[in-house]
Amino acid sequence: MAEKIFAAIDVGSFELGLKIYEISPRYGIRALEHVRYRLALGTDSYVNRKISYEKMEELFRVLREFQTIMQSYKVSEYRAYGTSAIRETENTAIILEQIKNRTGIRLEVLSNSEQRFLDYKAIASSNLAEGRMFSKIIEKETAIVDIGGGNTQISLFDKDRLILTQNIKLGVLRLYESMEKMQPRAAQLEELLDEIILEQIHVFRKMYLKDSEIKRLILMDEYLSPLFVRGVIPGMSETRLVSADDFVAFDESLKGRGAEELSDALEVSEETVTLVRLASALVRRITEMFSVESIWAPGVSICDGMAYEYAEQLKLRGISHDFEQDILASASNISKRYLGSRKRRETLEKITLTIFDAMTTVHGMGSRERLLLQLAAILHDCGKYINMYNVGECSFNIVMNTEIIGLSHREREMVAFIVKFNHDEFEYFEDLPIDYGIDMSAYLTIAKLTAILRIANALDKSHKEKFRSIRAELDDDRLQLYVNAGTDILFEKDRFERQIGFFEEVYGIRPAIVQK
Amino acid sequence: MDFTKSEYYINRELSWVRFNDRVLSEAENAEILLFERLKFLSISASNLDEFFMVRVASLKDMVHAGYTKKDIAGLRPKEQLDMLVEVLHPFVEKQYRIYEELRRSCAGVGLEIIEHHEDLDEEDGVYVDRYFQDSVYPVLTPMAVDASRPFPLIHNKSLNICALLSRRGGEHIGKQSSKGKKEDKEERTEEERDLEFATVQVPGVLPRFVLLPQRASDESKKIRIIRLEEVIERNIRKLFLNFKVVDAAPFRVMRNADLTIEEEEAEDLLQEIEKQIRKRQWGEAIRLEVEEGIDKRLLKILKKELRISQEDIYKISGPLDLTFLMKVYGLDGFGKYKIKSKEPQAVPEIQRDIDIFTSIRQGDILLHHPYQTFEPVVRFVEEAAKDPNVLAIKQTLYRVSGNSPIVRALAEAAQNGKQVSVLVELKARFDEENNIGWARMLEKAGCHVIYGLVGLKTHCKICLVVRREEDGIRRYVHLGTGNYNDATAKLYTDMGLLTCGERVGEDATAVFNMLSGYSEPVGWNRLSLAPLWLKKRLIKLIHRERDNALKGRTSGIKAKMNSICDRDVIAALYEAAASGVKVDLMVRGICCLRVGIPGVSDNIHVYSIVGDYLEHSRIFIFDNDHDPEVFMSSADWMPRNLERRVEIMFPIEDQALKKEAIHIIDLQLKDNVKKRVMQPDGTYLIPPIPEGEERICCQEIFGVEAAKKASNAQRKKTKDARVFIPMENPG
Repeated sequence: MAEKIFAAIDVGSFELGLKIYEISPRYGIRALEHVRYRLALGTDSYVNRKISYEKMEELFRVLREFQTIMQSYKVSEYRAYGTSAIRETENTAIILEQIKNRTGIRLEVLSNSEQRFLDYKAIASSNLAEGRMFSKIIEKETAIVDIGGGNTQISLFDKDRLILTQNIKLGVLRLYESMEKMQPRAAQLEELLDEIILEQIHVFRKMYLKDSEIKRLILMDEYLSPLFVRGVIPGMSETRLVSADDFVAFDESLKGRGAEELSDALEVSEETVTLVRLASALVRRITEMFSVESIWAPGVSICDGMAYEYAEQLKLRGISHDFEQDILASASNISKRYLGSRKRRETLEKITLTIFDAMTTVHGMGSRERLLLQLAAILHDCGKYINMYNVGECSFNIVMNTEIIGLSHREREMVAFIVKFNHDEFEYFEDLPIDYGIDMSAYLTIAKLTAILRIANALDKSHKEKFRSIRAELDDDRLQLYVNAGTDILFEKDRFERQIGFFEEVYGIRPAIVQK
Repeated sequence: MDFTKSEYYINRELSWVRFNDRVLSEAENAEILLFERLKFLSISASNLDEFFMVRVASLKDMVHAGYTKKDIAGLRPKEQLDMLVEVLHPFVEKQYRIYEELRRSCAGVGLEIIEHHEDLDEEDGVYVDRYFQDSVYPVLTPMAVDASRPFPLIHNKSLNICALLSRRGGEHIGKQSSKGKKEDKEERTEEERDLEFATVQVPGVLPRFVLLPQRASDESKKIRIIRLEEVIERNIRKLFLNFKVVDAAPFRVMRNADLTIEEEEAEDLLQEIEKQIRKRQWGEAIRLEVEEGIDKRLLKILKKELRISQEDIYKISGPLDLTFLMKVYGLDGFGKYKIKSKEPQAVPEIQRDIDIFTSIRQGDILLHHPYQTFEPVVRFVEEAAKDPNVLAIKQTLYRVSGNSPIVRALAEAAQNGKQVSVLVELKARFDEENNIGWARMLEKAGCHVIYGLVGLKTHCKICLVVRREEDGIRRYVHLGTGNYNDATAKLYTDMGLLTCGERVGEDATAVFNMLSGYSEPVGWNRLSLAPLWLKKRLIKLIHRERDNALKGRTSGIKAKMNSICDRDVIAALYEAAASGVKVDLMVRGICCLRVGIPGVSDNIHVYSIVGDYLEHSRIFIFDNDHDPEVFMSSADWMPRNLERRVEIMFPIEDQALKKEAIHIIDLQLKDNVKKRVMQPDGTYLIPPIPEGEERICCQEIFGVEAAKKASNAQRKKTKDARVFIPMENPG
């Protein structure tokens, strides 16, 4: 692979960023340029759900300048992503169209989970550097605290797998707006912050951290991380690891000092001082609530995640972390939370993937769809937890309302529909509710994956994992499923027969059970 | 201990006057070649002009605004102005004493400067009158003042002749008898009502002096010159026909030339600066120079119309505006009274036959101007402009030469489709007009031009070239202590670094991003930038030396710069020195630090070199417990550099180059010819060379060293090439 020049554009809620990378087998991922421009789009969109005309004009100007910089490096490929500030506007589509027309840049909006997944990739990308700090850090119980302008994402690791991620509507700019509105006196400030922050973290703790703990925090943000990079936090190690005690002492040192003095000491603008204070207050409270021992800030940005993802596509050596496993671990954790059976989950995953792999030449789908099918299999009956009668609808709602890190909004919808149609009658394209922006291509994928999940589900309908082994073979217009069952499978055959029609309708192939 | 007490500091303006006095001393120094002395006198005059236009003007502004804050040395603006009046009048008198002495010496070596037109004989008179008629008269615009014609605008720094006219006719009055003139005037006081004031500007477009034809009879082939204002004065009647010229005398006005730009409010900085430059012409008059013996009535009118107070009037017994001596210096035929111009030497690390980028890839290159040529810097930009692999060039421009090859190369690069970003500092004092011109030209050529930053002057000298190479993108950077000006690079001592170090490259990119209005980088690798980080870093480095001294480790600071007057930095130096750090400062110009204060600055020594070349480089060396760190910078240790300008301090990391930089400072400190030593009272002395001690003139030695280095490299190249070089015809 020759070297590629790649550009990542981040239209964030606090600033706009452009990072240009050289990606080559020789140097790996090398950042050539990092341009940041302070433009708080979030302060508009979080409050008014709209971005002002002036800010839009400024956004266009800066993006045009980004284009010029990209041209000067002869960038061959780029990604441009907008996050919560763009996502939370009422007229996102219009904004994207305007950006395209006025600047030539195709901006895509990331769902929260996509955004956090890229952040997560950025953190993992720090492993490409010497030391492999990320791998070392997650050896102990770890949480990523990804602080944005509007929201904060807390993601938990179990061993080295990311198993849970939750978004809390508690961002630095949002906090700033609240403080501006309430205008607390100095004496009231700490108490007010306690009330706002602790209330939300407390809920998170109760819901998700019953039996697990957090020893380490990985911090990702635009406010405190630069201080870690500059070595401003006292007691920090060379690897940018700071003990909880040192961090608390640092937070304490921010109190009672004027903006000018802090601006000087922290080497940030006076305007940023307030945001640093708020971010610090937030991290401190999380640290104290979860009895965290140490905090690590790799100092990466979402742009690094975009570059890492692009390098993944180029199959660059040295990229070792398997993010699919994180997505699957996260889905399994959701299933566990809704009391799904692990054995049943694993059986169903095995059957669905066996069928999927046997039919590759027919369905023409790739690894991403395979992953979606696997997720649907894991989450296929999570709705039972709520209502045994209406499993399809309830499963749909759970999936739609649960963060699955790494999935786009569209993909999450697809998984939700697959689990729904696994139980409920399949709805044709014209009958789908308009609220869900499922297009024809997504719809067909849903149909194909639903057909597979349905016959797989039928084969284990008794939940007794009757098959010792299963093999699938495609033979002209028939799909032969060779099963080795040590017991009677009459019930499964009956259920299977009921799903043949839909499978035939979707694939034009008739599945059959061949019992050894 | 409080190191900020005002008695520990020298007033900045006074320190400047002393600096200019050191320049003037060179003009007085009989050991220096005669024409070099003329040059120093001219420089002292032009320095003084700028001092009036900027510093005195600024103090006057403060007084008018009722600003009474004390300066670093505890003086209020009014007190400083009073003090300046005390020292500047004697200074000017000294200038003219020296002028007279030099003029006499010139006569002795075949150059006669004719002071008064009355001294011309008939033959010369006819010649200059014809010259006046043919060349001068057509470009003169005499202006009279009366009830219908207001007092005209007298341009800043322009030389003018004022005249007192009478309608009653009569003889032209010259200077032949000022005594007689006075009596005459007194007798005719009744006529005063009929007197009119007129003025004419000595045209700047014509040479300041006229070369008189050589006489066939003069065997010595003496060159004789007379100043233009004398030629005009001689013919002044021709400008005011029907009037009697009662008296005529040259005068010159200095105005407040400090631009006051409301940058925050200025929508178009370019237009605003153009407007301000025009306004500079009618800024407050702050100094009036008149010829000694000027008619009282004329002076009264000037004083009234220019609203100038008595202490700001300088009565000059000699020619006004001594900067014409620089033109005299340029006269042919006096080579033996001038230093032979030394050709800057080639830089051995940069070979002619390979591209400059290959040379830089072989290792960092340190340039020492003017001993070494500035050509590599020009070549750096020129090659980048043509090189198909170069993607982008980014550069700051503060002062450039007329017809600058660098500016041409930047324009060419843009035309070749490269991304060219140039920050042209429009606020570079007295170069504003020049820079507006360059900026427009570059913009037309397709460069992205940034017209400086609001509230800050961009003074750093940095050029970044982004090049796509086989193994990826590589950044080449030039960092300098002096301007991208190929003309002054022959006269100023400056340092430059050419590097393709990745960390410096990253920082250079970040510098240009910041200059383009983007946020500061998350962190800096190597460079320190003013106004945000440099001062803090400097003080940290000084504190580290202090701490080393306190811990009994080795410590020391050697720093060379043009001026030092930042209180925080000086206080840090006092503290370090009081803790045992030995501090050697080589400060050419202003130094507000006071030496020899017991317990405070006994460990500090301040030196100053005013030599053939203008000492301009800034080099800072910190001992760091025997592991010296060397930095170079575009910044002096002055608040304006550290707080109100974008400046860069860059480290020299290559061990060999570090040694070279240390050698440069050490040799300066060893100088015993030009090095003056600051005394506790703020004055400077050149200690006599002890008997038997070798004479060390660092500027001469640097020249020899550069030549040796270049010739050694050439010899090695010849040897490596294994060819014989035929000798050239010695005739």
